[in-house]
Amino acid sequence: MAAAIRLRFRRRSAIPGFGLALGYTLFYLSLIVLIPLAALLLKASGLGLRGIFEIATEPRVLAALRLSFGLSLAAAFVDSIFGLVIAWVLMRYRFPGRKLLDAAVDLPFALPTAVAGIALATLYAPNGWLGAVLLSFGIKVAFTPLGIFIALMFVGLPFAVRTVQPLIAEIDREVEEVSATLGASRAQTLRRVILPMLTPAMLTGFALAFARSVSEYGSVIFIAGNLPYVSEIAPLLIVIKLEEYNYAGATGIAAIMLAVSFVTLLAINLLQAWTRRFAHA
Amino acid sequence: MRDATATRRVAAVTGETPVARAVLIAVAVTFLGIVLIFPIIVVFVEAFRNGFAAFLAAFDDPDARAAIRLTLMVAAIAVPLNLVFGLAASWAIAKFDFRGKNILITLIDLPFSVSPVVSGLVYVLLFGAQGLLGPWLKAHGIQIIFALPGIVLATIFVTFPFVARELIPLMQEQGSGEEEAALSLGAGGLRTFLTITLPNVRWGLLYGVLLCNARAMGEFGAVAVVSGHIRGVTTTMPLHVEILYNEYNFVAAFAVASLLALLALVTLAAKSYLEWRYGGAIASAIPRR
Repeated sequence: MAAAIRLRFRRRSAIPGFGLALGYTLFYLSLIVLIPLAALLLKASGLGLRGIFEIATEPRVLAALRLSFGLSLAAAFVDSIFGLVIAWVLMRYRFPGRKLLDAAVDLPFALPTAVAGIALATLYAPNGWLGAVLLSFGIKVAFTPLGIFIALMFVGLPFAVRTVQPLIAEIDREVEEVSATLGASRAQTLRRVILPMLTPAMLTGFALAFARSVSEYGSVIFIAGNLPYVSEIAPLLIVIKLEEYNYAGATGIAAIMLAVSFVTLLAINLLQAWTRRFAHA
Repeated sequence: MRDATATRRVAAVTGETPVARAVLIAVAVTFLGIVLIFPIIVVFVEAFRNGFAAFLAAFDDPDARAAIRLTLMVAAIAVPLNLVFGLAASWAIAKFDFRGKNILITLIDLPFSVSPVVSGLVYVLLFGAQGLLGPWLKAHGIQIIFALPGIVLATIFVTFPFVARELIPLMQEQGSGEEEAALSLGAGGLRTFLTITLPNVRWGLLYGVLLCNARAMGEFGAVAVVSGHIRGVTTTMPLHVEILYNEYNFVAAFAVASLLALLALVTLAAKSYLEWRYGGAIASAIPRR
């Protein structure tokens, strides 16, 4: 009986070390990730749904959540559009500097967020290279929600580009030829044939960029100005509550953000399954 | 001759007009230039704004040196631990079939979907003065939060999946045929691992370690929450950058930041080189974070 269960749990293999490898994996995973996250959930469950709802509807918290989600959606949307153009240009055209730009797309992954934060704040400050130009058009970026939007666009861009790129590579040129020989103009082919093929990947990129933007902290706080009700993002509010020793408040906001992360993660997994089906159809 | 004309015509119907092409390239280059390239240039320009001497002066500060030392130490602890975990996890997942494997993979990815600030918060709730284990730790004189262990834990959390998620698809792709051959020829488990598996995944492993290390040295949000910002004691390089910047000491802030930016550029260059040279030996997973 025990052997039967064991057999069903894992198939027999000639390779040794299963128990050790899986045991260590589960031990380390529990120690670093699962137990600490459980501590957060335990603390949050102590507040109860009602308690969390009360925290979420405090005017300052509500303003921060609205700002974080709204701007992240907007930044992810703009990233998806430009990400598509960038991915297309990088995959389809040859021009000098293409490889360098391709490598540069990963910059927001590699550049520490605090470094990106102070660089963006300096760049868009009223006397900065771009800030001065924009100010001459009457557009204020630094210390406004627009500044937060720019920082979020920075951190989300690689996701929008990198999810679409492999699908462009997979497009069968014959499909485009068939579309053209059947009388479609190039614009029609792009809109009716290519775009639908890339849509699932674009949605995945959008969701990934959104997930990253919502949780971003370091790149944003230097350019944001951090005015309560105006330019204060939700992750910053967690830090502020923590500094005030308001553990319940911090936990409440964290629980909401964690729930949103998990829903987004689920959506991303479903989208990726859909993308794979599309790619191999 | 006829073939060449045909090819050209096919290329014409499956490509954009030269004007459309030029416009699209211009849009992409301008956007990338403004959004990605300008910020990295600004870091170095600001770091050297008052000359090379002023740049170097930023590193005469004992607090800056302490921050560099702390950052190196944290990475030196966090990266090897995640490396060992990555090897164990990928061995278990890629070489064996068992129930719940997909759940395990999702759980390993979990830290990527948690906000850095929340990653720090979970340890404060667990080990902080008001945390679940806080009273017990205090009674035994162990300090985790606002000290090195907390910073290391938060760093391990945010860099947790890097090595594992690079190795899992790679080992899955390679299968276990070579290992089975070695074992049937009498090699032991450890020897098989060291002489077959490890060399097979070495470039993917290096790739994962590079990304893990870059994030470990550059992590800000999670570390900011657990560090307590004790200057010269619990401030890593990114936290030191924040302190200097908030004190309007911009040249010093950007000088320290430029080291981190340089690390990012070196990491990207090494990453691109590995992808170009050993593309087949690296899992080209869609980046999650």
